[in-house]
Amino acid sequence: MTSIFTPDGKQTACTIIEAGPCVVTQVKTQESDGYNALQLAFGDKKEKHSTQAETNHFAKANTSAKKFVKEFRDSSLDKNLGETVTVDIFAEGDKVEVVGTTKGKGFQGVVKRHGFHGVGEQSHGQHDRSRAPGSIGGSSYPSRVFKGMRMAGRMGSDRVKLKGLKVVKIFAEKNYILISGSVPGHIGSIVLIQK
Amino acid sequence: MSTAVQFVHEQLTGKKDYPKFKAGDNVTVNYKIVEGGKERIQGFRGDVVKIQGTGATATFTVRKISDGIGVERVFPFFSPNVESVLLNKVGKVRRAKLYYLRERSGKSARIKEKRM
Repeated sequence: MTSIFTPDGKQTACTIIEAGPCVVTQVKTQESDGYNALQLAFGDKKEKHSTQAETNHFAKANTSAKKFVKEFRDSSLDKNLGETVTVDIFAEGDKVEVVGTTKGKGFQGVVKRHGFHGVGEQSHGQHDRSRAPGSIGGSSYPSRVFKGMRMAGRMGSDRVKLKGLKVVKIFAEKNYILISGSVPGHIGSIVLIQK
Repeated sequence: MSTAVQFVHEQLTGKKDYPKFKAGDNVTVNYKIVEGGKERIQGFRGDVVKIQGTGATATFTVRKISDGIGVERVFPFFSPNVESVLLNKVGKVRRAKLYYLRERSGKSARIKEKRM
């Protein structure tokens, strides 16, 4: 992340994302596949790390082996097989959606995971209860714990979509796009940017 | 710092020609303020307490005593609102962050001037 100044002098935090170049590796149509979609691939990988099936698939689009492949259903982009999609499809000031996988937090308690406030106070004779979940239900009725009761457990590594993020700046020569605020995931992780 | 951040910082920085200053120096920062729709330039004179950060997000903090009350302001180096920085005095200090000035007042809060 970094920050950038707006013309009126306000500093806004933003995330740098390398958006492209993505190669169109397959065009699915209603006739051939039953639905319309565009398959994009991003990031080079070594020839020895790709299977023959992958190599042949990418060879159809006249490109080298790629790391990430993603299908976009009913895409508004009008691109043919083998063409590249760059950051040019976005413009400064656009509202975009970013989809990513959040950082894994491991096994976390209810205070961090669900925003509980803990039980009781730190003084007045109470102890070891300040981050406890409290009651999880009644006793004789219903004699069970309801499904979906929020408890401690694994947190993070979730697919998250952030909507309404603004494109602050674009560096076309490097395919960098600066998006206001933070996006899900750790440094170097793969995200999806949609208009 | 990653190459992406480095590249973006190179694009965003530049074009500012401040004199070289460090913590302990006495500077005047001329910055723009908007007052009732009109823009004017105001000076802020004080000692540099610290220089923090790198690249496009670097800032410096200036401390002055205004009517007996200590006032600190943080200025980003590449803010479009910072018009210019004038170096008044070069101070003789032994550390990079002069937080100890906050506990001092009067004579002991002075910074010795470095004679060139």
